[in-house]
Amino acid sequence: MNPTDAGRRYFLKGAGALAAASTLPLSLVKLAFADAAQDFTFAYISDAHIQHIEGTKFVRNWDRGLIRAVAETNLLTPKPDFVMFGGDLAQLGSKPELDHGGEILSKLRHPLHSVMGEHDYYLDLGEYWSKLFGPHHYSFDHKGVHFVVLNSVLTYDEWTFNRWPTAEQRMLEMAGLDNPNGSPFMVGEKQREWLKKDLEAVPKTTPVVVFSHSPLQKIYKGWNFWTEDAEEVQAILAPFEKVNVIYGHVHQIQYNQIGRISFNAVMATAWPWPYPATYAQAESAMPVLTVPMNRADPFFERDATGWQFIDMNTGRVTMKFNLYNNTNRVVAFNPATGRPEDRDFQDPAKRIPPQDHY
Amino acid sequence: MSRKLTIVAFAAAVAALAVGGLAIRADEFTKKDGERWQKEYMTVVEKGRALWTSPTLGTNGVACAQCHPNGANTHPETYPKFQQQLGRVIALREMINWCIQQPLEGKPLALDDPQMVALEAYVAHERRGVALAPGKH
Repeated sequence: MNPTDAGRRYFLKGAGALAAASTLPLSLVKLAFADAAQDFTFAYISDAHIQHIEGTKFVRNWDRGLIRAVAETNLLTPKPDFVMFGGDLAQLGSKPELDHGGEILSKLRHPLHSVMGEHDYYLDLGEYWSKLFGPHHYSFDHKGVHFVVLNSVLTYDEWTFNRWPTAEQRMLEMAGLDNPNGSPFMVGEKQREWLKKDLEAVPKTTPVVVFSHSPLQKIYKGWNFWTEDAEEVQAILAPFEKVNVIYGHVHQIQYNQIGRISFNAVMATAWPWPYPATYAQAESAMPVLTVPMNRADPFFERDATGWQFIDMNTGRVTMKFNLYNNTNRVVAFNPATGRPEDRDFQDPAKRIPPQDHY
Repeated sequence: MSRKLTIVAFAAAVAALAVGGLAIRADEFTKKDGERWQKEYMTVVEKGRALWTSPTLGTNGVACAQCHPNGANTHPETYPKFQQQLGRVIALREMINWCIQQPLEGKPLALDDPQMVALEAYVAHERRGVALAPGKH
């Protein structure tokens, strides 16, 4: 190729971009000026809890949440590069539930990556889920960001393999959020070793995004808003300059900063959960910066459920919560304070009643 | 005896009873009684917990605890209150019935059904120690 050809090609590419810019909405034009390597969006749908009743009957309410999230994600402009599903597709891990949920997800027009939830796992230890959605843990690179997916809902072997007479009972015991017979979630030594190896080749300046189902931090053990080996996992992630952990399971807006690791929780499409502080009989450690979301109105069944649209333009997660009967919210990393913050509600004076739970 | 004297004598008798600890006081109860009553109460609370987590209270397999772990976010201390979505003041058990009919797709319980009493007992027990705030939103 001679220099003239190269120059001509650049010119054509530039002309194409200019022509496109004249017809596209402002938000897309802005993106064209950013560093292309750090400039993309993805959508996050989580906790659908598709619940089988019998035969062809499923709980309508939970179905509607996932169907709506998929339909709206398909309409996004700009188009997300991919969609993450954050775990708990099923309620009791059964084939009908995973098949039905998979059928609804199959309507997505974007590539899908999935995270394992405890409701998907504890019937057959993720075997059928894996046939539909792939490996339990894996990593991939996308436009300069290293993505890691962990199965963080493992627990002690004795609980998993020796305690329960049937797989069905094991699933039921883990499915009850407040069930004292449950067991704390963990990533486990084997997967932590895999994570260390996986990250060895990744430069410390590369933005890293870790997807897990449970929070990779300790908030409230009673409801498994908790990962038993959270500190060990955090230590593996600590050397990286920009680390984002995105987790489901909690069905509510949470965010936190520990060292260089930003934490963001996502909403459920099925139902919202109260903050642990609303349980009067136990102490919890909700990150103090988290501004509670509005109390859900049960008379609007999609209230306080939703999905989120995420951009990585700064190498940090900016999470836009699409809430159905509430003002949408944006939780973005604030470089001035070095932590994720709720853009509109951080200031107590700007909160609307009843912003607080009681 | 004058009326005044009668009153004084009566008061003295009451005082004597109080100090003397006679076994005829109608409201006296033992530690054992208290334990039995607490046990009766906890039996109903536990029945309520079983119903709260039961997939068969409604018809679609959904349990109360799915949205309300440990009965959280039911705020029993705020009832009776004006339930703005219904446009009238209701008791907590009417809201429990609303949930049985809607998310659980079941049939409402009679308001004095022992199952309803158990559900209410469980919710209140999980919220014990919180100050009453009837009418609060």
